Amino acid sequence: MNENSKTRVVVGMSGGVDSSVTALLLKQQGYEVIGIFMKNWDDTNDEGFCTATEDYDDVVRVCNQLDIPYFAVNFEKQYWDKVFTYFLDEYKLGRTPNPDVMCNKEIKFKAFLDHALSLGADYVATGHYAQTRTVNGEVQLLRGVDDNKDQTYFLNQLSSDVLKKVMFPLGHLPKKEVRQIALDNNLVTATKKDSTGICFIGERDFKTFLSEFLPAQPGRIQTMTGEDKGEHDGLMYYTIGQRQGLGIGGPGGPWFVVGKNLATNVLYVEAGYHNPYLKSDALLATEMNFIQPIDAQTFECTAKFRYRQKDSPVIVEQLENKQIMVRFVNEERAITPGQAVVLYQGDVCLGGGTIDQVFKDNQTLNYLG
Amino acid sequence: MNGIYLDHAATTPIHPEVVATMATFLATDFGNPSSIHSAGRQARHRLDDSRRQIAKTIGANEKELIFTSGGTEADNLAIIGTALQQQTFGKHIITTQIEHAAILDACKYLESIGFEVTYLPVNKDGIVSVDALVDALRPDTILVSVMMINNEVGSIQPIQAIGERLLSHPCCFHTDAVQAYGITDIDVNALQVDLLSITAHKINGPKGIGLLYKREQVKIKQRQFGGSQERLKRPGTENMPGIIGFEKAAVMVYGKENERSSYYHQLKALMISLLDEAAIDFTVNGAVTLTTPLILNISFKGTKVEQLLMNLDLAGVYVSSGSACTAGSIEASHVLTAMFGEKHERTTSAVRFSFGYDIDEAAIKETVRRVTEVVKRLRTLNE
Repeated sequence: MNENSKTRVVVGMSGGVDSSVTALLLKQQGYEVIGIFMKNWDDTNDEGFCTATEDYDDVVRVCNQLDIPYFAVNFEKQYWDKVFTYFLDEYKLGRTPNPDVMCNKEIKFKAFLDHALSLGADYVATGHYAQTRTVNGEVQLLRGVDDNKDQTYFLNQLSSDVLKKVMFPLGHLPKKEVRQIALDNNLVTATKKDSTGICFIGERDFKTFLSEFLPAQPGRIQTMTGEDKGEHDGLMYYTIGQRQGLGIGGPGGPWFVVGKNLATNVLYVEAGYHNPYLKSDALLATEMNFIQPIDAQTFECTAKFRYRQKDSPVIVEQLENKQIMVRFVNEERAITPGQAVVLYQGDVCLGGGTIDQVFKDNQTLNYLG
Repeated sequence: MNGIYLDHAATTPIHPEVVATMATFLATDFGNPSSIHSAGRQARHRLDDSRRQIAKTIGANEKELIFTSGGTEADNLAIIGTALQQQTFGKHIITTQIEHAAILDACKYLESIGFEVTYLPVNKDGIVSVDALVDALRPDTILVSVMMINNEVGSIQPIQAIGERLLSHPCCFHTDAVQAYGITDIDVNALQVDLLSITAHKINGPKGIGLLYKREQVKIKQRQFGGSQERLKRPGTENMPGIIGFEKAAVMVYGKENERSSYYHQLKALMISLLDEAAIDFTVNGAVTLTTPLILNISFKGTKVEQLLMNLDLAGVYVSSGSACTAGSIEASHVLTAMFGEKHERTTSAVRFSFGYDIDEAAIKETVRRVTEVVKRLRTLNE
């Protein structure tokens, strides 16, 4: 028996290799570990097949291997109300939302955390590639050591108070090593394929999925100078900087999405990856969450505008109503409203917000008209 | 901390004497009752003895038992087997909204192949109305299936009264008596039933063995093919160790139903009075006088059933709610929904405690202590 045996840790288990190894490592460290599967979405098909059932089955088998208790909780309603509704609302506005950020904020580190605490948990743990560090009683969020897997981008909405209750046992490991640990310990999920894309869409076609929930309104495609380039399937299907799926042939391309006008239902395109219409030098973000408050009204740091992108140097100005102005040291391409902007100082994730407006030379770009 | 098992309506621990009987049998007998040699004859002899002994416990004749793999198979065979046999007379079936999934899902299957099913509602005590049932009868009704005791809230259904009223109608009458067997006297003739399902593992017998009682003159279609066992109705080499264990468990409870019942009455009354003393807000689902003493279904206001069950498990109290769905997460009980309506608070905060012969008053006291602690803590959290 070691000290850890008195600490109860509830692990959010998805049935994947990362959360399996998370539970394994905590068990090896002597904690009292409980595995919980979250069912957030029901995709039961006509034959009664549901991916959640299969995934839960893997959770059950891993927990039995580890000899830890396991349960399943159902957050379908919360997920629908807090994540999926937001997801659809953003698409209705022509933006490109990030449901994973919202899922972490509202489900994994709220509904699930509350549930775990009601079970007498001291901590919850997940298989995210991120780390925490306590400095003067405050918990900081740090990047995971595996640069390619770092998931702090998705965790930008967590607060220091929440992070006090959280463990990320994989943060110091490269993904390759995590899989090796799973193999070495014969975990039944050791060779399971990583899930990709948005969890509730899975392997399905994104357009088909979205069209089941939102009516698509086809409209015209135009260049910024008004030249007609054909028909689009519905503004929600396109994101800034996108090249694929425009169906524009002929000379002068390749063509890229450079803007949308919701009022006239027009999709704007221009030619060339480095088209000036895709370049910007500042953005305004809303719902800015600072994991620890920062006193300076203006400060320098780095930022990510999408997942798995290299950091860019920026200057941040704090405004009222949880808004920030982010000015880029170098021009950026295809900054997308709806996505998260996440700030870093070295390895410390400072927090993040939602990209609302994008600017060039103090002019608002018509990414969303 | 020792765990307290209060989920005997789900399954029971096998009785040591049943284990001993089965162990001896497994070590010494292995013959196939269908074989025409000495070893086969010996097995057949044991099979006949067991069949006779078990038949006696429900007032049946031994030719009327069809051994199955358990309650679910017995229910399926009764429902689907009868429907397929009787469909030339009609395609209408009557059952209730609170049946076990073995009945409800079999009925859904029949609906998908052209049968029509009436699902009768129940009152706030979880009991079906005999008059409503009679009103639902039609000339083309071929089968009525009503459970004897509900498995979630324990409500006792008026089987004998239904049986008497159905005497004037040619339809078959089936009852799922899985929760009643061993607690209530069961006599198939007094009850006027044509078909009745029971299973061994609810009376401290082994899992994997149950039976369907089928009145001799009632005809049903077999669901399984490949031999002449069980008078063609359920082919396959008999589960002899299971049948031997079933017999032992059945003989041990036979004639002791009242004794067992009054013991569980004591435990149930004690538990309710201790919960009263603990002054935690709770409601018993189903009137105590109209439910089996084996089952105590309680709603704890201000708690959520998922949270409650997990916390009780971690506190060493093993109980369950009505129905667990496949991903392990819990859906509102169809029984409580039938009693109280959709989204009623009682349906989302209900837990089933079910007693066994190995539970004593000390265990009940300790259970109430743990339950009180958990419920109080959760209420504070959820406020």
